[in-house]
Amino acid sequence: MYVAVKGGEQAIDNAHRLLAEKRRGDQQVAEVTTEQISEQLTLAVDRVMTEGSLYDRSLAALAIKQARGDLIEAIFLVRASRTTLPRFGYSQPIDTGSMEISRRISATYKDLPGGQILGPTFDYTHRLLEPGLEDGNLPEPAALGDADDQPAPHVLGLLSEEGLMEAPSSGGQDDEPDDLTREPLSFPADRDLRLQNLARGDEGFLLALGYSTQRGFARNHPFAGEIRLGTVEVEFVPEELGFPIVLGEIEVTECEMVNQFKGSKKAPPQFTRGYGLTFGHCERKAMSMAQVDRALRAKELGEDEIAPAQDEEFVLSHCDNVQATGFVEHLKLPHYVDFQSELELVRRMRKEQAEALREAAE
Amino acid sequence: MIHKDNISQRQAWMAVLSKAACEELAMLWGAVSDKPSYELLRKPETGLVMVRGRMGGTGKPFNTGEATVTRCSVRSDSGKTGHAYILGRDHKHARLAAEVDAALQQDENREGLMTSIIMPLAEQHEAKLNLHRKKVAATKVDFFTLVRGEDE
Repeated sequence: MYVAVKGGEQAIDNAHRLLAEKRRGDQQVAEVTTEQISEQLTLAVDRVMTEGSLYDRSLAALAIKQARGDLIEAIFLVRASRTTLPRFGYSQPIDTGSMEISRRISATYKDLPGGQILGPTFDYTHRLLEPGLEDGNLPEPAALGDADDQPAPHVLGLLSEEGLMEAPSSGGQDDEPDDLTREPLSFPADRDLRLQNLARGDEGFLLALGYSTQRGFARNHPFAGEIRLGTVEVEFVPEELGFPIVLGEIEVTECEMVNQFKGSKKAPPQFTRGYGLTFGHCERKAMSMAQVDRALRAKELGEDEIAPAQDEEFVLSHCDNVQATGFVEHLKLPHYVDFQSELELVRRMRKEQAEALREAAE
Repeated sequence: MIHKDNISQRQAWMAVLSKAACEELAMLWGAVSDKPSYELLRKPETGLVMVRGRMGGTGKPFNTGEATVTRCSVRSDSGKTGHAYILGRDHKHARLAAEVDAALQQDENREGLMTSIIMPLAEQHEAKLNLHRKKVAATKVDFFTLVRGEDE
């Protein structure tokens, strides 16, 4: 039975007014601007762009402000916003090999062409709070080094030359990938769809799954072959021009994981790959994504499918935090009638059980 | 604009225009005298482009996520059509870039505009990049091996 319930409009309006006041906080304190969020809470903005699946720093900053810093709420706002915009088309695939590098490290080779470049990293900090930040001190200017023009090729390409590394992917460089924003996910999902899904998947969920593969649930302890952060050009072919043009530059994080592979009937012993790619600087997410991408290749590589991270339906159906939050949070909405019928049912079952016990006793 | 060199020259200036700061572009274009008038063929419009990556950086493409893009098309009174597609939602930037794209297609204007607009914008971008590269280079690890006594 479905019964429409009216009322509550005034309470809802007033709740939203209270929310707006709470969002502003103590009005004696200066209001935070979206420019400040974009410039100073950059990694929050990067996460909202990645999981909101929309590269636009100022929109993500606005969403974070509106959501009072609740990043999943901000991601939800960004996803809703994109649905109001027309789609012009698909870019040319970005070339991460020609990235303008800000950070580039490899855990597999000490000496490599282009070198180990730490960039702006939390690594090697002592994780001690810095009280000086409360006073708003200007930082010491960044040190300047000698920039050389040494190219920094993809690290895994070096292993490929020896034949010990599998190809970056099966399928051709010009294959047309499927698009989750056009057709809903169905199973089995090819790797292009899996990667699109993982790219916008929840960082926390993918982190936990990646962690599980290291702890033995899939036996896939990897090496971080390469992590790189930097800007790449985005190229697009407008119909009216018929040739590719540069739209501008975006910052991305890329991670390539290396896994040992003992070989199967289909392939000789060699190293295999997992791939992670995010907007902005989302290193933990890119690493987790690469681990989960590799775990989800179990079937393709003929491995035993025994762990949650290898179960594509489990992973792909639950890694989207906008879908997840929608279904979990809908439980807050009125379920008065559903609950009434459950209540009736439990009362009836108890009554029937009591009667059965009485009859048995007689 | 069918000749290949012409296309690559146009791609180069469109790339510079896309990466320019809008205020700089506005200032340089504003300083140009005797500009033609422009008719809007397509007023600035913001939409989405799905950005693609490649598996393993070089393999099969996949859709990574979308980016906002603003486009604009204009026609100059001498009949040249200028287009712009610029990342982000800045309508003014797209309009200015489309106008400059049209102006640069006019043979007799090209050299002057390359000198007064495109070169300074490219130099500004390069200068910013060079400073960034120096800061990044300072974080490059310089490995050294300690000499151990027993090896002597």
